Amino acid sequence: MGRAVSEASAQFKPGDRVKVKFEDRPGHLRTPWYIRGKKGWVERVYGEFLNPESLAFGRDGLPKKTLYLVAFNQTDLWGDAAKNRDKVLVDIYEHWLEPTGGDAP
Amino acid sequence: MSDQTDDHGHDHPKHELSHYAKRIYAIRDLLIEKGVISEKDIQCQIDYQEARTPANGAKLVARAWIDPAFKARFIADPKAACAELGIDATAINEFVVLENTPKARHMVVCTLCSCYPRPILGRPPDWYKSFNYRQRAVADPRGVMREFGLEPADDVEVRVHDSTADIRYLVLPVRPANTEGWSEEDLAKLVTRDSLIGVVDPLTSLPE
Repeated sequence: MGRAVSEASAQFKPGDRVKVKFEDRPGHLRTPWYIRGKKGWVERVYGEFLNPESLAFGRDGLPKKTLYLVAFNQTDLWGDAAKNRDKVLVDIYEHWLEPTGGDAP
Repeated sequence: MSDQTDDHGHDHPKHELSHYAKRIYAIRDLLIEKGVISEKDIQCQIDYQEARTPANGAKLVARAWIDPAFKARFIADPKAACAELGIDATAINEFVVLENTPKARHMVVCTLCSCYPRPILGRPPDWYKSFNYRQRAVADPRGVMREFGLEPADDVEVRVHDSTADIRYLVLPVRPANTEGWSEEDLAKLVTRDSLIGVVDPLTSLPE
């Protein structure tokens, strides 16, 4: 990627198991409903970006938030309907993630 | 203001307009009247939007297929690789290339709205913005692919990217097997818009 990725300030690293917080509040939230409360793992650390939840209301987007590529098993999202190795990968900001246990993928 | 016989320098459509279309034309006229933007600004922006087409994506993929060193640069730093081919990707915040392999293939959606690598592919197709695609791409990607005429084998991993943030994704499809020795120009003709979104494979023979 064409930018310096500052992983130093990132709370998570590739391979870490994470759970998406189940939150609902008014605002411009970039975390889709179907993954809230779901468990996945970090695939990639994209670095720090201005916070869209602030930018959407004409504010400065600061402090920046670390953005991750988080992978989920299809089976963990939709149950037995998807019996395969297929994945859904979503870009999620750090303040939506919390550490969780469980087996590494 | 929306009367097509008025004399402020441009035509308005002659059919009945929807509420939102009327509002857009009214806002456009006000912006021009108040000198915020000019007719020329609008035309330049339209030309810019229309000039960006999937041909840019096809050019990048065809070059990556014939030049392994370019392919490595394209994956490592897609924006710089675009600049090499004279494609302006500077409007994208971050640009990530998803390389398909025989055992893993990628598909792109934006379930929240219609995020799409516009500088590379132009405007997204209507189906990409439909609720139907946005919902089913993540819940039943194989079902969506089947409707596009593609049936990945069971042992192929399907990886759907939901572009919810600042990253724009482009799929780098696998080069069709029967294309040894083809020219870069002909290879580019096989790379369809939909294959860059990942719902189908590239063509295997030149279009009529």
